[in-house]
Amino acid sequence: MIKTTLGRAGPLLGLVLLFLAGSLLSPTFLSSENLLNVLTRSAVIGIIAIGATFVITGKGLDLSVGAMAALVAGLSVLAMNAMLPTLGPFLSLVAGLLLALLFGGAAGFVNGGLVVWGKIDAFIVTLGTMGIMRSLITWMSDGGSISLDFALRDVGRPLYYGTVLGVPVPVLIFAVLAIGGEIVMTRLRFGRHVTAIGSNAQVARHSAIRVDRVRLATYVLQGLCVGLATLIYIPRLGAVTPSTGLLWELEAIAAVIIGGTALSGGYGRVWGTVVGVLILGLVANILNLTSLVSPHLNGAFQGVIIVIAVLLQRRRSID
Amino acid sequence: MQQNQQPGVLRLDGVAHAYGPNRVLNGIDLSVGTGEVLALVGENGAGKSTLMKIVAGYLAPGQGAATWEGRPIPSDPQGAEAAGIVLVHQEFALIPDLSVAENILLGHEPTGRLGLIDYAAMRETARNALRLLKSDIDPRAGLAGLPVSSWQVVELAKAFAARPRLLLMDEPTAVLGAKEADALFACIRDFVAGGGSVIFTSHRLDEVLAISDRVAVLRDGEITLDRPTDALNEHDIASAMIGREMSDLFPPLSPLPTAAPILSVEGLSVARNFGSPVQDVGFDLAPGEILGIAGLVGAGRTELVEGLVGLRPATARRFALKGVERPLPDAVEAWQLGLAYLTEDRKARGLLLGENLQVNTALTVGALTGGTVLDPGAEARLYEQAQGRYSIRAASPRIAVGRLSGGNQQKVLIAKTLASEPEIVILDEPTRGVDIGAKGQIYQVIADLAAQGKAVIVISSEMSELIGLAHRILVLDRGRVAGIIAPPEGERPTERDILDLALGLGTQGTPL
Repeated sequence: MIKTTLGRAGPLLGLVLLFLAGSLLSPTFLSSENLLNVLTRSAVIGIIAIGATFVITGKGLDLSVGAMAALVAGLSVLAMNAMLPTLGPFLSLVAGLLLALLFGGAAGFVNGGLVVWGKIDAFIVTLGTMGIMRSLITWMSDGGSISLDFALRDVGRPLYYGTVLGVPVPVLIFAVLAIGGEIVMTRLRFGRHVTAIGSNAQVARHSAIRVDRVRLATYVLQGLCVGLATLIYIPRLGAVTPSTGLLWELEAIAAVIIGGTALSGGYGRVWGTVVGVLILGLVANILNLTSLVSPHLNGAFQGVIIVIAVLLQRRRSID
Repeated sequence: MQQNQQPGVLRLDGVAHAYGPNRVLNGIDLSVGTGEVLALVGENGAGKSTLMKIVAGYLAPGQGAATWEGRPIPSDPQGAEAAGIVLVHQEFALIPDLSVAENILLGHEPTGRLGLIDYAAMRETARNALRLLKSDIDPRAGLAGLPVSSWQVVELAKAFAARPRLLLMDEPTAVLGAKEADALFACIRDFVAGGGSVIFTSHRLDEVLAISDRVAVLRDGEITLDRPTDALNEHDIASAMIGREMSDLFPPLSPLPTAAPILSVEGLSVARNFGSPVQDVGFDLAPGEILGIAGLVGAGRTELVEGLVGLRPATARRFALKGVERPLPDAVEAWQLGLAYLTEDRKARGLLLGENLQVNTALTVGALTGGTVLDPGAEARLYEQAQGRYSIRAASPRIAVGRLSGGNQQKVLIAKTLASEPEIVILDEPTRGVDIGAKGQIYQVIADLAAQGKAVIVISSEMSELIGLAHRILVLDRGRVAGIIAPPEGERPTERDILDLALGLGTQGTPL
């Protein structure tokens, strides 16, 4: 019982330990400026990881989110630039934001459709679409970059740099989505059905659950999350390049797993994913702030954390 | 121990075996001599496969002695194989990605110089093994592309190529055509003429009489007949297979209702990858009626009802609910139409074993009529009702259903299936893996359903169950309706009536 509780609270415990370590190792760590900076930087991956929590809980996988983010961003920027002369900067931005959600949802629909109707393994489907989307953005940008018009940059700035009552906008969006995601996962029928198809799709099929529809919905939800994440990311960068969103899929999946969601499906928790994202963000931050270890070893630390998280998970499932 | 070290003699003395509390074999005395073909016959679950596994070294006997040529049978399959005992599985133990020849000589690959595999020798050996079975399968062909009957031939060729002295075959002809079966029998005759011994199981009594020297019948884990085949006919064997007094577990049967059928099916066909497809099945079902479906394993009982409730692609000439014709429903539509199906496989298809009792009981009804937001209070009430109605015993409604006993799991599955108050209830093996006390309770639930005017279909491998519960019994034989037994008021059919139809021995029941 104690072990079970420890396993469940493990990620939270890890976060607290990192927090203590950070405050001991660096005097600037606890400043609100630094902490808000960590949160803001984590928000983009965090929003994507919330979508990934649903996909993985339903025993799926989406490797294409990084490439999808780049493609959605590229398409939205092109659309906004094109609309600017007729609609003006503000309306173009709003239209571009809606388009980003639409593109994201559509890309998710393609992934989910191939998995559900094509009956192809999710790993293969999203490996394929990852390659396709990554190469499309490279082709569209001709290997260079697709820049947002300066008029649009000024209007869009608050999306990343703005604050509401001192809280950065990306953090606010991440928080709202996290709370919403947690409610959907634990309080809504959809969350239960996602858990059911991930736990045992045959049982779900025998229980009047439309397995295909639920599975498709998880991929569309993931696409919408990617669309939302690009919204706040575009104004920050101002341009999309072939390396935009590179390896985001691995960071998102890592956050989900560290948070205690089972990679084999059937058990997911959104709050865990939030903790996972923050753990990854704090590790990078602490390495940057202190000179104990080279920041280049960030990846190694993250890797160790992932392995420890899975070891703890396995202990839970044995209990 | 070494007193009767005759070559090629198998002896079982007082062999017993149990899986947990479930006793499957009891005091088995049996022997097989050199050059003898023994047919092992019995109903589903009589213990045939367990007995075969003990002889092949897959299982150590729980009690008693199993000896081969005077020595105890090695308790691992490799040891048994080295001693000359080879088991041909009912499920294929072949590797689809390898060629026919590679499969036949798996683990016995001929090697040339440098220890490399000699593929030419391998193909030649495989070809000879196949030729014995009068098969012209190309040894170089990939197994994955071949039909099931060829798989069985390859499996048999593999067994013969291992040069056994005692060959065990579990239902070897279940998927073979008549020509292939004849070739197998010729092969068996050659094999025993050369001093080998054979034990095989089969549901086909005509085959048993044609090929065996001796027949042993298993019933409820005990040998009820062991005699030379010459002195037997099919009906002797069938009589020995049945028996067992009908216990008073069964609640009294309500009178057969006379209402118009709530469900009518005509010309239902369901395709299958293995075994005979379900073809041209038709029946009517009235409210308040309990219809039993009987048949041997592989007769297509589960496939039939899975086709009916949209879990398998199927076609029907006519499907009518309450007299209204409509196309066959999909899996969710079936539930919406009040057609509920309780799976025979509660662990893989019935319950989310890691989720708690409340989540499981509410899963189906929630998917059908529940709102967007979960209602924990309603789920708790639903479970509380179910716990009382089906006497589920659990420490708490919040524990994982996988931690309950088989009987209690089954009651949770029944509660889950009936939570949406379906009009037509199809129960597939409702008492499988359930202790006797829970069985009686489940029978009462089924009788109550009928008394409430629900239409019920019960599939069961236990014939006594159908006789005790059902108003009428539909018997399937290789995918087709062999007959529907509708005894006159106050009379019950016998196991013999069912078995004769299920074995294709003719129509003792009232044919439709």
